[in-house]
Amino acid sequence: MVCAPARTSAGLLSVNVMRNSTTTIHAWLLLLPALALLALFTHWPALATFIDSFFSTPRPRRSAAFVGLDNYRQILEDPIFWQALGNNLLFAIATIPVSIGLALLMALWVNDRIAGRTLVRMAYFTPTVLPMIAVANIWLFFYTPQYGLLAQLLSPFGGASQNWLGSKDTALACVTVVAIWKEAGFFMIFYLAALQQIPPNLAEAAALEGASRWYFFRRVQFPLLMPTTLFVLVNAVINAFRTVDHVIVMTRGGPDNATSLLLFRVYELGFVFWDTSGAAALTMVLLIGLGLIAFAQYFFLERRIHYR
Amino acid sequence: MNTPAPSQVYAPTGASRLLETVAAWMLAILWILPLLYAVWTAFHPSEYSARFEPLAPLTFDNFSRAWSAAPFARYFLNTFALVTLILGCQLILCTLAAYAFARADFAGSGIAFALVLAQLMIMPDVLIVENYKTMNRLGILDSIPAIALPYVASAFGIFLLRQAFKTVPRELDEAARVEGAGPVQTLLKVYVPLAKPVYLAYGLVSVSYHWNNFLWPLIVTNSVESRPLTVGLQVFASTDQGIDWSIICAATLMTSAPLLIAFLLFQRQFVQSFMRAGIR
Repeated sequence: MVCAPARTSAGLLSVNVMRNSTTTIHAWLLLLPALALLALFTHWPALATFIDSFFSTPRPRRSAAFVGLDNYRQILEDPIFWQALGNNLLFAIATIPVSIGLALLMALWVNDRIAGRTLVRMAYFTPTVLPMIAVANIWLFFYTPQYGLLAQLLSPFGGASQNWLGSKDTALACVTVVAIWKEAGFFMIFYLAALQQIPPNLAEAAALEGASRWYFFRRVQFPLLMPTTLFVLVNAVINAFRTVDHVIVMTRGGPDNATSLLLFRVYELGFVFWDTSGAAALTMVLLIGLGLIAFAQYFFLERRIHYR
Repeated sequence: MNTPAPSQVYAPTGASRLLETVAAWMLAILWILPLLYAVWTAFHPSEYSARFEPLAPLTFDNFSRAWSAAPFARYFLNTFALVTLILGCQLILCTLAAYAFARADFAGSGIAFALVLAQLMIMPDVLIVENYKTMNRLGILDSIPAIALPYVASAFGIFLLRQAFKTVPRELDEAARVEGAGPVQTLLKVYVPLAKPVYLAYGLVSVSYHWNNFLWPLIVTNSVESRPLTVGLQVFASTDQGIDWSIICAATLMTSAPLLIAFLLFQRQFVQSFMRAGIR
């Protein structure tokens, strides 16, 4: 954007200024359709969420009234909010490291020329292509007591009647497993790409020095994969807070809110209880959290672009 | 994935190689197992839905029963219309905006770009309550455009294409101008053809995302005429069928089949597209 050569002649300069003003008009015309839609469906709703979170929910006989921080106070006093927040943090803490660790392991395996690596890679990546809702339906069957696959596998050990999704102790873990299964293969491809970019002479040099494979991984491969790990991490964090399809299909937040996640709670408040103001306040909480994460990602991306 | 062979210095040999191969295969089988399980259940009569006998009779009955039990033809049509509408509009809007950001040195470009990037933080997936109100005000609730509209202006698409356009050499641009091409012609004849791989990558990612999207369509639709496949499948699985898993598995496979088959046929393009789009 800044590669226009410096021009000294005054005449040329005024031509440039003229051209610049037409360029500006043209550019804004090109941007107009995209910006108009962004304003209508991103900027305005974000602002409206903020405003609505300070008003009461309009009811047929009572229009919305300014209530200050009441909606936020209600959220803080709502035990289900704290449970959803706790569930979501647990869900994130479990899915993120496990799916990233598995992704790295998968990438290392597929990167070595093992027999049938194309098929293995396909098996790892396939869940990424499937709709989450389809996947959730299949897993729902998996977890069915008495006659799902898990029950059958465990029946010799007396586990057939375990209601995996119906029990408060296991439901969240079941939902977490599905998310890990869906996500690991997706992250694998980024690691695979990064592994293939590591110059081979590094491995040769390390071998000459007598480094073990584990040492080579720990001191050479893993540090070189750090940018990929950061990138994958940010994506995993965002996904942990914005995917609730599997919760809706498998448990509807139950039993007794044991699998309620923040975005699911927004959905429940807004479209099951029609408490749109409560939902707005909760959306703000979620937006601020996601904004902080995306902010970190933006700075990280900028840094990478500078390095290039 | 088609880069030259990586160094073999640390490739495992002998027993450890065998061990690694076995472990990798076991994980692969574990990973594909749920899908195989669904395939087994869908292609066998329901009494075999959780009994694995190698000689169990094969049947397509579950598919035909699922197909006739719910308006899946209509759902397919809706999803197809939705995905086409979104991708078509996205490509046009993002191309225009990306061109402006990549090549025009104009007043306010920094602010405009920040306004676009805001969508990366404030995702449409989260703004469901307000967007529902907007659709209500516009009077288009329960329609395919209502599902599509929040996603049409895609910050991600603009960002991706801007990066691609920036790599086009300026000489090509100037050559086209000297030949007498206007800005729009230059865009269509120079920039768009050179960014083809990026368009392919973005297209595949966008189609699979919106084919699979669930929460927003669930909220904004409530009739057969506008429901996409994902919502249709959910309505079908949760209300109509009780616990006849054979039919539910058949319906599940049916709704994922087009993407799954496309993926199996064009594996490399899929993997590379997801990668290209992800890395940005």
